[in-house]
Amino acid sequence: MAIMKYAPQALKNLFLKPVTKNYPAEPAVYPQGTRGHIDISIDDCISCGMCVRVCPSNALSVDKIKGTWTINRFDCIACGYCAVKCPKKCLFVNPGYQEPKDGKPDETYTKSPEVLAAEEAKRKEAAAKAAAAKAAMEAKKKADEGQ
Amino acid sequence: MGNRSVIPFGPQHPVLPEPIHIDLVVEDEKVVEAVPSIGFIHRGLESLAGKRDFNQLVYVAERTCGICSFQHGMGYCEAVEHIFGVEVPKRAKYLRTIWAELARMHSHLLWLGLLADGFGYENLFYQCWRIRERILDLHELTAGGRLIFSVNKVGGVLKDIPEDKLKEILRTLDEVDDELRVIRSVFFEDRSVISRLKGVGVLTKEQVNELGAVGPFARASGVRVDMRTLGYAAYPELSFAPIVSNDGDSYARCFIRMMELFQSIKLIREAIGKIPAEKELEVPIKGNPDGEYFMRVEQPRGEAFYYVKGSGKPFLERMRIRTPTFANIPALCEMLKNADLADVGLLVLTIDPCISCTER
Repeated sequence: MAIMKYAPQALKNLFLKPVTKNYPAEPAVYPQGTRGHIDISIDDCISCGMCVRVCPSNALSVDKIKGTWTINRFDCIACGYCAVKCPKKCLFVNPGYQEPKDGKPDETYTKSPEVLAAEEAKRKEAAAKAAAAKAAMEAKKKADEGQ
Repeated sequence: MGNRSVIPFGPQHPVLPEPIHIDLVVEDEKVVEAVPSIGFIHRGLESLAGKRDFNQLVYVAERTCGICSFQHGMGYCEAVEHIFGVEVPKRAKYLRTIWAELARMHSHLLWLGLLADGFGYENLFYQCWRIRERILDLHELTAGGRLIFSVNKVGGVLKDIPEDKLKEILRTLDEVDDELRVIRSVFFEDRSVISRLKGVGVLTKEQVNELGAVGPFARASGVRVDMRTLGYAAYPELSFAPIVSNDGDSYARCFIRMMELFQSIKLIREAIGKIPAEKELEVPIKGNPDGEYFMRVEQPRGEAFYYVKGSGKPFLERMRIRTPTFANIPALCEMLKNADLADVGLLVLTIDPCISCTER
């Protein structure tokens, strides 16, 4: 048994720098790869909805027509599973934690007008192609019936 | 015979960060009976098995406990992997082992701090948590989260630890090793620590066996029970032998956990030395789990046990978790009998209670 066993360390600690930081005056430094929040490169998104299906906390939603990707950052648990599963790899887990807010607002990201216009044109083209194919099918059917 | 009275202990108590309620029947200053009640924070995690698919459940399992979250995720994944009958790549096994041991270190340091706080040694408490902070930084550096790792997946791991980060782990562990030696000598030799812990709350090997206690709590009474010897993850390839003491008192429990810290450092060093340099970290999983499996893993608090049953659908039929604290509560109540009222807080701490874990 000994007494004052901790005294040397306690004295040493008196002259050491504080371990804690004077946050927020001194900003927090996060290592690369900290799972803080999810970011999206929205113009690369194809609105496939994979992230919505795999999210364990149902924090995400996608609207293909409006070209939006919505996240509720207070539901998000920053597990990063959406980023793993994203086929276009347009979701990223970045450092920096969610700041406190009043309520639990959704955060919506919308694709740029150019991308939306290009997608709309693509959709119209596909629809026109499908209509033309359908018309051709019907014409062929009529011709077959006429024979 | 003195006057009998009942003193409620918890659910809000300074030594407990989490709620457990124990009715202490005391005769003068001696406890004659302890009646526990839990259920204050039941979250129903197991029932989520019917609402989340088996891949999403990894993240649910991890959140069973904030302290041993990695082992929860790993236990669940290993159970499902056994149902699929897949073998995880070797590097993934080693990575799991490294993370599991880091998690054990932070949990034991947390406990040692709480114990020091429990017997009124504030300086020691801060020193333990100061060291623990360095382990948490390693978690953040390697996995991205300080407590919740989210690196496990069914079939392997999602992240690799590159060579430079492995070196950083080794460098930090060298420093932590030196710092731990200082607090080890305090915990083992300081008069005030010994007078609060030696001979307090003795449980014999027979009692522990009879009451089914697990983990460091059981090992402190001479029961050689450690699930790491069953050979999951990379443990079979590492030189590992459980640390056992025969004293059965609070001091022995402190001894076991302190020595396990050094053992964990040794295991991590060995695992980093032996880790294979392959690129594959996961095996592809096809289909849905069909079958059932019991998985037993050694958490910092003892044996946790996962029962998973799938029926060929994405949603599991049943997931059942038995956590170590739940197994240790009967032994705790036995230990509290004949204890001094002043020691009750300390004795409850010595099982390393994790009530949120227990209630799932």
